[in-house]
Amino acid sequence: MALPAATESKDVILEVSNLSKYYPVNQGFFTRQKSLLHAVDNVSFQVNRGEVLGLVGESGCGKTTTGRLIVRLATPTSGRILIEDTDVAEIKGQDMMEFRQKVQMIFQDPYESLDPRMTIFDIVAEPLNVNGIGTFEEREAQVEEMLSLVGLAPPSAFLFRFPHELSGGQRQRVAIARALVVRPSFVVADEPTSMLDVSIRTGIMKLMAQLREDLGISYLYITHDLAVARYLCDRIAVMYLGKIVELGNSEDIVKRPLHPYTKALISAVPVPDPAIDRPLPNIKGGVSKPIDPKPRCRFYDRCPESADSCAEAENPELRDIGGGHLVACHLL
Amino acid sequence: MDTLLRLEDLTMHYKTKAGWVQAIDNVSFSLHRGQSLGLVGESGCGKTSVAMSIMRLLPYNAKLVKGRVLFGGHDLYTLSDEEVRQLRWKEVAMIFQAAMNSLNPVYSVGNQIVEAIVTHEPETGEDEARERVKSLFELVGIPKERMDHYPHEYSGGMKQRAVIAMALACNPSLIIADEPTTALDVIVQDKILREIEEIRRTINMSMIYISHDVSVIAEVSDIVGVMYAGRLLELGPADDVFKRPKNPYTYSLMNAYPSILGEKHDLVTIPGEPPNLLDPPTGCRFHPRCDWATKECREVEPAWREITKGHYLACHNPVRTEHGTAHNKTARRAPGKGGDGIGTSGGN
Amino acid sequence: MNELVPTHETGPASLAEPIWKIRWKLTRRSLRQNWEIFKESRIGMLGIILIIAFGIFGAMWPIMINTVWDPMVYDPVVGFDPMMMHPSPPSGTHLLGTDPIGRDILAQLMHSTGREFLLGVLSALITVVIGTAVGTAAAYYGGLIDTFFMRIADIILLFPFIPLLVVVGAMVKLSFLPFAIIMGVLGGFGGITIILKAQALSVSVRPYIDAARVAGGSNFHIIVSHIIPNVLPLSFLYMMFSVTSAILSEATLSFFGVLNIDMSWGMMIHTADVAGYLFDFARYWWLWAPAGLAITLFCAAFYMVGRGLDEVVNPRLRKR
Repeated sequence: MALPAATESKDVILEVSNLSKYYPVNQGFFTRQKSLLHAVDNVSFQVNRGEVLGLVGESGCGKTTTGRLIVRLATPTSGRILIEDTDVAEIKGQDMMEFRQKVQMIFQDPYESLDPRMTIFDIVAEPLNVNGIGTFEEREAQVEEMLSLVGLAPPSAFLFRFPHELSGGQRQRVAIARALVVRPSFVVADEPTSMLDVSIRTGIMKLMAQLREDLGISYLYITHDLAVARYLCDRIAVMYLGKIVELGNSEDIVKRPLHPYTKALISAVPVPDPAIDRPLPNIKGGVSKPIDPKPRCRFYDRCPESADSCAEAENPELRDIGGGHLVACHLL
Repeated sequence: MDTLLRLEDLTMHYKTKAGWVQAIDNVSFSLHRGQSLGLVGESGCGKTSVAMSIMRLLPYNAKLVKGRVLFGGHDLYTLSDEEVRQLRWKEVAMIFQAAMNSLNPVYSVGNQIVEAIVTHEPETGEDEARERVKSLFELVGIPKERMDHYPHEYSGGMKQRAVIAMALACNPSLIIADEPTTALDVIVQDKILREIEEIRRTINMSMIYISHDVSVIAEVSDIVGVMYAGRLLELGPADDVFKRPKNPYTYSLMNAYPSILGEKHDLVTIPGEPPNLLDPPTGCRFHPRCDWATKECREVEPAWREITKGHYLACHNPVRTEHGTAHNKTARRAPGKGGDGIGTSGGN
Repeated sequence: MNELVPTHETGPASLAEPIWKIRWKLTRRSLRQNWEIFKESRIGMLGIILIIAFGIFGAMWPIMINTVWDPMVYDPVVGFDPMMMHPSPPSGTHLLGTDPIGRDILAQLMHSTGREFLLGVLSALITVVIGTAVGTAAAYYGGLIDTFFMRIADIILLFPFIPLLVVVGAMVKLSFLPFAIIMGVLGGFGGITIILKAQALSVSVRPYIDAARVAGGSNFHIIVSHIIPNVLPLSFLYMMFSVTSAILSEATLSFFGVLNIDMSWGMMIHTADVAGYLFDFARYWWLWAPAGLAITLFCAAFYMVGRGLDEVVNPRLRKR
């Protein structure tokens, strides 16, 4: 797959090329025949330093798997992930420690991502402890600084509480503090606001934006919500059944979507204004799973615009149609 | 119009070890036949409790402190258990939160609905019930040959449709849908909401939608009620409430979430966290988080009054700006108020 | 990494108290909270009261033998009262009577209590330490390690070890300590491993384990700091049930006389049995009833504490 040209000109922090992750699945109870679920299939993209890239898609599209591959919580079937020019797959031993300080992850569920038996202090200090950073006093200072940075002030009021004594929003702030306490340069944020209430959600979104400004962090922001992605991200990549179907600047994606799937996705988002009558999203059928998919376009079966030629053609590759707007569709 | 449901000063508390949780406080509204009401609010604001009160499905530790629930002229809380059971499903049906998991995995989906019909309408024969299920499946968009399939053979969206079919099975005059699409992806959510709305219009049924998502409520409701900490803060025709929100909470809620339409705008942050209902704030329950709060708000509980036709409000100090120009207010906010506002501490 | 040196503007980090003191306070508070929940359980409290009662009863033995009782008469193994016929029914000098060879039943009962505690707690401790370690390792590493330990657990569960020990005991008489260790080890690799492995498995797929891995935690760190602390409450619960099973096994084997133990509750019944008095058990009730009751109550006490702990460990069981 040809990578978009402008790779060298900008300072690229993450480069993902031809990344795939297949999971074996058992189809029938009695058959021994193994099938493969193509969770992530030949995905390539890059994130520039200081940038936020949104990875948007419906559940099961492979966006979370992509995030887990990048932080090495899972190993790719094939493909390459370069973070600051280091191949993630080849990191071993001492370098792993350095990698963990450079790349962090924020998880979706603030109720499950904090160990219930640890105090907030121990949770936030954990990355410092396991990497042997600083003396106890230095760690403590770091933790306190980080807690006030994420809006848990005064830190002393939170240090020795347990996760169950905090509200959902506060917990997610703790989770963010833990991810950022080692001052990573790249963070994978897996739907950090989707489990939170509206009034709390805005605070966390603003916090993420603020921390990006203050600490110069680059994010891969995984979400199912296009409106959130538009608010937080510079660029958006839309995933469908393990493939990126469209990638471009946030405003371009939201205002001028080109791929039929992106169009349908955008028109399905409810709007908080009863006066607006949204058109019916132009899409057929429902989501299936990419188990042993046919080599043609993944969206073919649901595509309202599909031509006969799409049925025969190979899966379309991402093409730059100008202005860094990439689309994978034969019809453009 | 013909009033179907009427809540009068409904107040309901839960007894817990730590004391009485004031879950619903003086909630009043009425719903006409064929109308849809959307109740919006954050988790724990009492919207599900209101639904449960209407169904008279309260947990054992709940106590109706005062108020009445009038359904078609009957006070639900003076009826016998048997009479209420007659009303449930036949008159009022409910689609529960995460309803997809409420299907029994060991019976086929069709049989479960047939069972529900035969139980609630003993005069209906099994064959007749099966016929009805077939037409219900057609109505909600499931191929009728899938009747004899089991829940695990259904996708999430189909299960949700089956649950809706089950709620429609006895032709109720009111359906309460508690977060009917929360677990679903947007495209499926959109389809299902459209289908419910179409069915509702076709058979002139009333509907109460409960959701935390302002956008969903905006799309499906004729009337919108905004709940906070057990109280209704504002209720009125959807157009009116969304164009001219009067309560600061309504206003903030509507502007707290990014939109996919129009220009990118700044988001309103609501500082702090919802109160503990064991010991709710005095006066207006929203005052600790409200930028507009005055001394009066802190001390006196605002009265529930009708400000324009059908638009009710409980607020001492309503928002006066129009929806379009309202964002100016955001800029004037004191930065970083309370625990959940960012900006209290700079970077390094 | 220079930026990681504290750049604190609010002055040096200062906790109000040393960290160990804070942790100690937190531990005490959590113990107190758990005690509050435990107290709600009547059956658990009954168990605690019974255990305390047994504790006092056992603690009285050294006091009695050193002050009130004449060791010549009241020694549980070699004592003999020359003043009466044996076995003698309960009387003023022997509150629970004497056994067929003239030893005081009450003294035997008291003397054995401490050892039963030691046996039960020691073997339960071994069981739980092995069970937790093996279960956690099997859950975390999976694969061959998992298969290996699970098959061992299956074998122990299916193999009739008590009858085997009866047979083996006819040749080699196990003494007290080796017996406690064998029971502990068998328990640890047996059923408890499967239960604790299931718990460890459910802990090891939680997002906070992923978070710890992303933080840079090694496998050892994750097991020791995250999985084991979250499995321990359940281990502690099963420790109570292990006490019960160790005591019951000891009683059974002592009754068959295959253990090299001079005195225990099981031994007391064994003595009555070999002397032929159990054939007229109603008449010679004091030979078997005190020991039998002690075994029953002692086992029940730990079981009841386990039931009470169950409500602390599994919040779902709690009465609302």
